[in-house]
Amino acid sequence: MEILVCIKQVPDPTVEVRIDPKTKNLVREGIVGVINPYDKNALEEAIRIKESQGGKVTVISMGPPQVKESLREALAMGADEAILLSDREFGGADTLATSYVLAQAIKKLGKVDIILFGKNAVDADTGQVGPIVAEKLGLPQITFASKISVDGNILLVDRHLEEATETIKVTLPAVITACKELNEPRYPNPLKIMKAARKEITVWGKTDIQVDAAKLGLKGSPTCVLEIFSPSKSTQVKILNGSPEEASQALFTVLREDKVI
Amino acid sequence: MVNSALERNGIWIFAELQQGKLANVSLELLGKAKEFTIKQDSKLTAVLLGNNVKGLAQELIFHGADRVILLDSPVLAEYKTRTYAQAIADLAKEEEPSILLFGATSLGKDLAPRVMAKLETGLTADCLELELDENGILVQTKPSYGGNIMCKIICPESRPQMATVRPKVFAVPPRDEKLSGEIICPNITLHDDKQVSFVSRVQAVLEGPNIEEAEIIVAGGRGIETEDNFKLMEELAGVLGGCIGVTRPLVDAGWAPHSLQIGQSGKTVKPKLIITCGISGSVQFSVGMQKADCIVAIDKDPDAPIFSIANYGIVGKIEDILPNLIKTFRT
Ligand SMILES: Cc1cc2nc3c(=O)[nH]c(=O)nc-3n(C[C@H](O)[C@H](O)[C@H](O)COP(=O)(O)OP(=O)(O)OC[C@H]3O[C@@H](n4cnc5c(N)ncnc54)[C@H](O)[C@@H]3O)c2cc1C
Ligand SMILES: Nc1ncnc2c1ncn2[C@@H]1O[C@H](COP(=O)(O)O)[C@@H](O)[C@H]1O
Repeated sequence: MEILVCIKQVPDPTVEVRIDPKTKNLVREGIVGVINPYDKNALEEAIRIKESQGGKVTVISMGPPQVKESLREALAMGADEAILLSDREFGGADTLATSYVLAQAIKKLGKVDIILFGKNAVDADTGQVGPIVAEKLGLPQITFASKISVDGNILLVDRHLEEATETIKVTLPAVITACKELNEPRYPNPLKIMKAARKEITVWGKTDIQVDAAKLGLKGSPTCVLEIFSPSKSTQVKILNGSPEEASQALFTVLREDKVI
Repeated sequence: MVNSALERNGIWIFAELQQGKLANVSLELLGKAKEFTIKQDSKLTAVLLGNNVKGLAQELIFHGADRVILLDSPVLAEYKTRTYAQAIADLAKEEEPSILLFGATSLGKDLAPRVMAKLETGLTADCLELELDENGILVQTKPSYGGNIMCKIICPESRPQMATVRPKVFAVPPRDEKLSGEIICPNITLHDDKQVSFVSRVQAVLEGPNIEEAEIIVAGGRGIETEDNFKLMEELAGVLGGCIGVTRPLVDAGWAPHSLQIGQSGKTVKPKLIITCGISGSVQFSVGMQKADCIVAIDKDPDAPIFSIANYGIVGKIEDILPNLIKTFRT
């Protein structure tokens, strides 16, 4: 089995990000980059499939050089190879431009059986890159996987949906996106951490993969961010005065206005 | 109206089916999109795919669609990502809508990026607000970083402008049988995806209330004091279609199981609405619920710390306030 896992480095989700009131940019200082939580589920599953079926697990990530740290962590968990896609021109990419680069790199790798993604990245929270890459590679996709059983070149996949659990059968090759119900990601063991530290990480820039410059980074991104702001968290509570009846009626009215009910 | 982007074929919404019925979110999208098409004198189209679903096309019209594009075929009986995406993308290439909207449901999130990739355009996920500027540019507000940050996103040049929109942020428009519209059944080739097949579907059943996923929670604390007040709290939750949660003292006193405890040593909840009743608002409790979209606090002590994180507050006694709330919300 040739298994590929796309991982993204995201700001540590346990630390609350804020907006600098002056620059209107995100304050990133002091927030370390970690592997997107669902991508760890994807990687864990890839390693388990390799352990039961044999094969190879390659992790791949597009991002700046410091993403190497996350790739090393993936190696320490049990991935066999790591590829970093890094180039100035890849910067500022939205999901379409990101997926384009990932898809072109995957094409260069040749034969793959399973490509795993997280169900979404917890920073931008879009959940689009898996399906877009699948489209660009002409592969079927099974999103929100919570259980995978392998039977030769057929996978039975449970999908964890809001309102139901669905089972789908798919013939490989295929793209799968992982949710947290899929498994419990392992911790890297000390021996593997040491080995991973010495391991070579392949870095590909734009000249290493076949790309059309117009589809890269900012230029290749149809969407742009107009503004970021903090959600209006009331530090100022609105006290509803009056008799119990009046206060109740007032609450009903404001909740309606706010579209809460 | 020079350069109005809506001059292209107006706005399309994808009409999602949930167990043979139109998803509420699709009707909500019709309601919101209709505001835009009316303002820009443009056309609102619903795209409906399924098997034996002609009757539902008429429902879309009664909810505001000027036109329904209906693809009715046994091939579309089960939702398959590639089969659906291909059909919708083919239609959109043909008619070039300016805007194409989906519900941010599990199906919408599976389908929309695939259509977007075929059309090589932009897609904003999980929108909480949509506005249309005078040039027909859709300004889309979405949460990021787990809701800590909001982003306004536009897709200035590529078309269609695509978004998935969270259920329940817009209202379902009233059904009006006097509304009329056109139903068209284009003859396009459908591609059944043979590489995937549907095996089974088990509808989720909740064992006891799952407060982590509840959209509305009525939470009670030590201020509940009596059995009667506890019953009022349950009744209010029932009226709102939500579930109850509690602070630790109520669990310790044996009033409620630990599975309903909110806070540091209990569950973390992020409902759309939480109404706290007789809860002082200790940090150990607040960490478990402060991400709720809307917090309403009811407490007899105007200085209770809960009021510093609440959006709305009522100062009063549980036994006085809750019966009135129940009466008001019931109507
Ligand atoms: C390590 C640790 C972990 C903890 N974990 C949790 C946790 O997970 N969850 C949790 O909830 N707590 C937890 N606690 C306990 C927490 O510190 C508080 O003691 C607890 O949250 C207080 O609960 P309360 O608000 O219901 O009670 P109180 O603080 O006693 O507040 C009661 C409120 O009710 C009001 N009131 C009284 N009578 C009425 C009435 N008739 N009408 C209206 N209002 C009235 C009062 O004005 C008061 O504001 C933890 C504590 C520790 C040390
Ligand atoms: N820059 C990236 N490099 C590698 N994988 C990525 C990247 N961005 C997103 N992904 C993958 O796509 C998934 C969904 O991301 P998103 O669409 O950004 O929510 C993530 O969980 C990753 O598996």
